[in-house]
Amino acid sequence: MREITFAEATLEAMKEEMEKDDTIFIMGEDLARQGGIFGQFKGLPEMFGTERIIDSPISETAIVGAVIGAALAGMRPIADMHFADFMGITMDEIFNQMAKIRYMFGGQTIVPMVIRAPDGLIRSGAAQHSQSIEAWFNGIPGIKVVAPSNPADAKGLLKAAIQSDDPVIFFENKDLYRQSGEVPEDENLIVPIGKAKVVKEGNDVTIVSYSIMMKKALEASEILEKEGYSVEVVDLITLSPFDEETVIESVKKTHRLLIAHEAVKRGGLGGEIAAVIAEKAIDYLDAPIIRVGAKFTPVPFSPTLENAYRPKTIDIVNGIKSMF
Amino acid sequence: MNKELYSQFYKTMFKIRTFEKRIEEFSMKGEVPGFVHLYIGEEAIATGVCANLTKNDYIQSTHRGHGHTIAKGAKVDKMMAELFGKRTGYCKGKGGSMHIADFSVGMLGANGIVGGGFTLATGAALAEKIKGTNNVSVVFFGDGASNRGTFHEALNMASVWKLPVVFVCENNEWASTTPYLTTTSVKDISDRAVGYGIPGVIVDGNDVEKVYEESAKAIERARKGEGPSIVEMKTYRIKGHFVGDPEMYRTKDEVKERFELTDPIRRFKEKVLLEGVLSENEINKMEEEIIKEIDDAVKFAMESPFPSEEELFEDLYVD
Repeated sequence: MREITFAEATLEAMKEEMEKDDTIFIMGEDLARQGGIFGQFKGLPEMFGTERIIDSPISETAIVGAVIGAALAGMRPIADMHFADFMGITMDEIFNQMAKIRYMFGGQTIVPMVIRAPDGLIRSGAAQHSQSIEAWFNGIPGIKVVAPSNPADAKGLLKAAIQSDDPVIFFENKDLYRQSGEVPEDENLIVPIGKAKVVKEGNDVTIVSYSIMMKKALEASEILEKEGYSVEVVDLITLSPFDEETVIESVKKTHRLLIAHEAVKRGGLGGEIAAVIAEKAIDYLDAPIIRVGAKFTPVPFSPTLENAYRPKTIDIVNGIKSMF
Repeated sequence: MNKELYSQFYKTMFKIRTFEKRIEEFSMKGEVPGFVHLYIGEEAIATGVCANLTKNDYIQSTHRGHGHTIAKGAKVDKMMAELFGKRTGYCKGKGGSMHIADFSVGMLGANGIVGGGFTLATGAALAEKIKGTNNVSVVFFGDGASNRGTFHEALNMASVWKLPVVFVCENNEWASTTPYLTTTSVKDISDRAVGYGIPGVIVDGNDVEKVYEESAKAIERARKGEGPSIVEMKTYRIKGHFVGDPEMYRTKDEVKERFELTDPIRRFKEKVLLEGVLSENEINKMEEEIIKEIDDAVKFAMESPFPSEEELFEDLYVD
């Protein structure tokens, strides 16, 4: 099968969906002239014009607010946040408007929009350009949050997000953009929102992960397999509301759970997943649940400090060994 | 003079006033739950502005949104039911006063967040521009909301892209319990239009004809693709910020004095009677019909069932 990068996969999803549906447009900073800082919009302005690939003012509040308003007026728009870190600027639009409009107006409207949010560590991006903030949205009903871990899922999940009648936040890890992977040449490739995927079957322990940390979860599983552990790896894909059933089923089989994400461990999604397992499947556990995440500091600049902050494959390996 | 239009002005203003008085009564009694913000004294603005709009045009409203909703053409029975928290209301009892909406007439929602509507209205205007229609979007906002960053981001975006959106300021002099001049850098909010290279005009917001005429110009300009405007309606908030507000920040005399001068309904009624456009009989008949319509709405609301607990999760997600 052909291999393309994660950035190219998202580009294909955009092209295919925009060709089919002329209510789709995207708005954000530096999209049209620059093609996006990670090249993820290259060529789109030439194909669809700057009426549909819109360079906005540096006004995150107005970007997200206007995309919501356009969705209410029958469009299927996308807001690009440039960096996920900038979502703090427009939190009111996200959590008081976008998330609540359908519900508080009694289902009178749909809010079919996507917020694309490049997140994660990237070569000394430092405190305000490196964060993984997906946990902020975990407690907000009315939003769907997704995070693909590979090019094929990036394409299928972005297409699903664009087609969804619910508002979707699409976290795309910046370090994943350049990574290549197999992507089928299928215009109907859809990765369903709401479903986790068991990407590797095993019997002794379950690793639940997503986005960039999936790579480390798989690396850890290979190291552990060599040492005789049979590891199951679940890619969560949809972070909120997450697929409880798949995680519970896996834990019932393996009796051990480790959750790994690049976001800070404290207050991270791992806590929610651990709590659900504690409530619904504690009798199946043979060891304490372990969470692997970043240290509880702002993201530091210096490469040595950034590396100290970053959760690593070895943390997963050691965490799992401590369960036996 | 256009008798039909004048009758429409009177009926809409009187309907809003009557609706608000009943809601005030039920809110005081605790039968209407939650926070209620009344539009009494500001009826001319929603009425005059919305008379220039069709149901294909959009409005974004505020926490003080009943008047806008009625003026845009929503039905008072479904509004009343919503305010009573009933399942027959516009939002099936999920929204209430602060989140009243009727998408079928282009009323895209009241907003509990002061200044929450600017960017949404701008986006609806952007959508219409991309679609190539000549529909417009109007956002109502108060003097207080003009200090939100959303106001400034939306104005810049709307101006630079010449979007068909009209910013209608209802300057009622009170930002909740704070006199606006103590927290606002300009006396006239419309002065802020200069910074965005767009027209800004001041209108007597208690004169429904003036409101209609001046907003028509801004709406026409937007329809023609010439971009946004600020239309500042000078008015005064007759009631407290919310029903039950002890109003420690002003005297009853001050309010009474202002209302005697400004009451838009009384002023309009005197004028049309004096000029002979409408007769006393015609006005009485309109009033009777509206009072009956509101009475029926109250009855409908009171007799309607509350939502059942099973409805809690409805309309959270589509899929």
